[in-house]
Amino acid sequence: MYPAQFEYHKAGTVKEAVDLLAKYKDEAKLLAGGHSLLPAMKLRLAQPKHLIDIGKVSGLAGIKEEGGTLVIGAMTTHYAIESSAVLKSKCPLLPEVAGHIGDPMVRNLGTLGGSLAHADPAADWPAAVIALGAELVAEGPKGRRTIKVDDFFKGLLTTALAETEILTEIRVPACGVNVKCAYAKFPHPASRFAVVGVAAVLTMDGGKIGKASIGITGAGTKATRAKGVEAAIAGKPADAASIQAAASSAADGVDVQADLQGSVEYKQHLLRVFAKRAMEAAAAKK
Amino acid sequence: MAVFTGKDMTGVNSLPCGWDLRKDKNVPGVVQDLAMVPHMPLTSDVARHVGDPVAVVIADSQDAALDAAELVAVDWEVKSSVTATAGAAQAGAAQIHAGAPGNVAFKWELGGGDLDAAFKSADVVVKKRIVNQRLVANAMEPRACVARYEESSGDLTLWVTSQNPHVHRLLMCAFVLGIPEHKVRVISPDVGGGFGSKIFLYNEEVVCSWASRQLKRPIRWTSTRREAYMTDAQGRDHVTDAEMAMSKDGKILGLHVKTTANLGAYLSTFGPAVPTFLYGTLLNGVYVMGAIKCEVTGVFTNTTAVDAYRGAGRPEACYVLERMVDAAAAALKMDPADVRKKNFIPKFSGAYQTHVAVSYDSGDYGKAFDRLLQMFDYKKFRAEQAEARKKGRYLGVGFSTYIEACSIAPSKLVGALGAGAGLYESGKVRVHPTGGVTVYTGSHSHGQGHETTFAQLVADGLQIPIDQVEVVHGDTGAIPFGMGTYGSRSASVGGTALHMSVNKIKEKGKKIAAHLLEASAGDIEYVGGQFQVRGAPGKAVPWGAVALTAYVPHNYPEGLEPGLEETSFYDPSNFCFPFGAHACVVEVDGETGHVKIVRYVAVDDVGNVINPMIVDGMVHGGIAQGVAQALWEGAVYDEESGQLVTGSLMDYALPKADMLPMYETARTETPTPVNPLGIKGAGETGTIASTPAVVNAVVDALSGLGVDHIEVMPLTPERVWKTVQAAKSKT
Repeated sequence: MYPAQFEYHKAGTVKEAVDLLAKYKDEAKLLAGGHSLLPAMKLRLAQPKHLIDIGKVSGLAGIKEEGGTLVIGAMTTHYAIESSAVLKSKCPLLPEVAGHIGDPMVRNLGTLGGSLAHADPAADWPAAVIALGAELVAEGPKGRRTIKVDDFFKGLLTTALAETEILTEIRVPACGVNVKCAYAKFPHPASRFAVVGVAAVLTMDGGKIGKASIGITGAGTKATRAKGVEAAIAGKPADAASIQAAASSAADGVDVQADLQGSVEYKQHLLRVFAKRAMEAAAAKK
Repeated sequence: MAVFTGKDMTGVNSLPCGWDLRKDKNVPGVVQDLAMVPHMPLTSDVARHVGDPVAVVIADSQDAALDAAELVAVDWEVKSSVTATAGAAQAGAAQIHAGAPGNVAFKWELGGGDLDAAFKSADVVVKKRIVNQRLVANAMEPRACVARYEESSGDLTLWVTSQNPHVHRLLMCAFVLGIPEHKVRVISPDVGGGFGSKIFLYNEEVVCSWASRQLKRPIRWTSTRREAYMTDAQGRDHVTDAEMAMSKDGKILGLHVKTTANLGAYLSTFGPAVPTFLYGTLLNGVYVMGAIKCEVTGVFTNTTAVDAYRGAGRPEACYVLERMVDAAAAALKMDPADVRKKNFIPKFSGAYQTHVAVSYDSGDYGKAFDRLLQMFDYKKFRAEQAEARKKGRYLGVGFSTYIEACSIAPSKLVGALGAGAGLYESGKVRVHPTGGVTVYTGSHSHGQGHETTFAQLVADGLQIPIDQVEVVHGDTGAIPFGMGTYGSRSASVGGTALHMSVNKIKEKGKKIAAHLLEASAGDIEYVGGQFQVRGAPGKAVPWGAVALTAYVPHNYPEGLEPGLEETSFYDPSNFCFPFGAHACVVEVDGETGHVKIVRYVAVDDVGNVINPMIVDGMVHGGIAQGVAQALWEGAVYDEESGQLVTGSLMDYALPKADMLPMYETARTETPTPVNPLGIKGAGETGTIASTPAVVNAVVDALSGLGVDHIEVMPLTPERVWKTVQAAKSKT
């Protein structure tokens, strides 16, 4: 790789990393798994003067359960999530989504926090954390704060994180026995990013869907919540007709972007198809 | 640190085009002369495509050179551009070269038979527009070179990723830099794939060679993948309007093809040959036809140059013909398998004269197709398809019964057609005193496995263990003048040259053995690794003793030269014509337009086979590339800005293992009478055959909705979905 010249800093603690960010501000970039940043640097599309490696910061990686909440360190790799026994039993959506990301090499280096902080509009994780109603914990010079996922994604590659803040934890509620979830994705044939991806978390109430939480990614400039679908399916039976009807609002309010993979019309259609498929797949789970 | 622009390169000439199409050269079919436009190693007037180099920065490290290159400021004046094939020659399009008015590079036509009569007598005429999109070659290893000029001797050594080092040397020395060939050595060692893209002489190796002479230092350049997308010669890019005349009982009466071929911004080394003599000559396919006419207009656009890419013209021809056969079957409401069977040229060996200049060598086209249908179980599939349709599933099969011309090529013939080169091949066999053998081939191995195949060929011929044979290629300092590897020519042309040298070695060995055995050379036979008196295995000299005697000629025939080394040049008398039949089964997801390949069956006839595993490997890789053209690959330029939109592996969809099924392959073997080995060629068959099989399968899957054609490849999900939507809205 032949990036422009930069200075490398290895942070030992979150505080060190925050201090470096405060010192170098917009001349600095945090290096997590590096799977978006390094390719951009290789092509010299990104030319940070300072690279702050948080790969060795202790306590940033790992999965634990605190009461009814699953706490995932920002530096936890996709593979660690994919293979986590705790998550498989308490939040199976996350291991399922992890399996859609890249290939085994990517999954062993790329991280959940890195992906969320980068906010690639076609990344898989944003749909999942929206559907799970996650909380994102950030640490900065003023201390620690929690950001609700619905307030996190602000626009193309833009999040609620301040310039000097580091995403440290992702907190999701453990799924009860009445929660069913699934992720349905139409991958880009070259990059395998999501042309559209829909994550569905259905809270069942007897034979009906009591509440639905639907996150979508890929089609627009940022991941978003499919509020129209959620409202339409709540209280309805989990049958094909209800799901299809609710899925018809999947594209409402999404700023769908046309590109080589599809026109706006086609991607809006895909959103409806994959919202339906995600809900059907979730409902079909035991 | 050094920076040069084109203005610094005084005395350096244009990169040559090696194929001339001009009436006054009596090249057949030329309607409008080829515009020989200049192609300077560094452009100093206009950048005609994204990737057209304007300056070179040379530094002590790659990092320093890249940093410095970012500081080169070009004062650009933005001009309008044209990148689309169909729009290039239209009025008002941006003009690319002063010497090519209307962006027309040439006009050419070929045909035979009475076309008017064929169309007048037709019961049905099928017309389709067929777009064969532009592809990027994407060899695993990007292009690279090191040029080292030695001031003391005046020698230049160029290590370069070339499929044909002698061709590189000749073109660069004689046409561009004006330096003597004997002072230049071109070495192309293990090269990581080419698919045609490394045949051609490129700007970068010329600039490095020139600059090494200026700076008197070695200079290295390695392409990045991004540069490869912008500068490696690309493939295909035809827009064709085809008409096929059919009788109501399914006979093909005539074919009229009008093609616009996009050559890119410049004429690459063999650019004009690909959409003419490698394309029009294949439009007869495996069918008896009444008449054919092929009209081609080559156009310049603001895009990377187009040249030979695996198949080179033949995939384009096969695609047009096989798509039209299926469209004709649909129009006649006939089974596409039946239409093919009705029209096959019957089994022959020796010559079948087509309407498009070439004469086929040998063929049994029906046999390959019958074998395919048997492996595939066609009747069973149609029953499954009918069941699936009842459930709203779109299952389809596509056939492709292809032919291709390879074993390139008879020099006299290609010379008459405009080639600036001969297309023979060389092969030298050097026997060492202890009996081991080094083979020097003019063919070039960049993934073809010549190290194995040629060693097998020579080991078999000389009846020695294969580990006694070493194959050397890719070095003008070591091998005899050779033309390299492309056009599925290595085994049939390069292999035959080696075969000739092996025979010469054996003949000389017989003379030496006869002397030692006090017998007549005519009575000596070579059996089981020993020279023996015919019928008397006890009176024999082993191979090693003959080899040693040749180099220690104490007891030696009078007048016979010492040594055991032979060189042969083989110039084929004709092309060879492999053929076969492929079937692809797809399922289309009607909701998304996504195409899944369910099954792929291929029966190929490449003549005799030396190494079945290597041939299977070539067929497999070829199918992957051809399937990828049908479904995923496609170079896209932005029509406003002229930018290459698909400029990386994250945008340009190469096939991946999980996108392809397990292939079911088989062979029929119809040896060619053209060369003594009976080998036709195997390097490109998969790429040629598979694209139409896949597209025909998708069209078949949607035929229940009234779909009989999809104009543009690749068949992206959106294109297929829109086709489904349009068909549904009609019914």
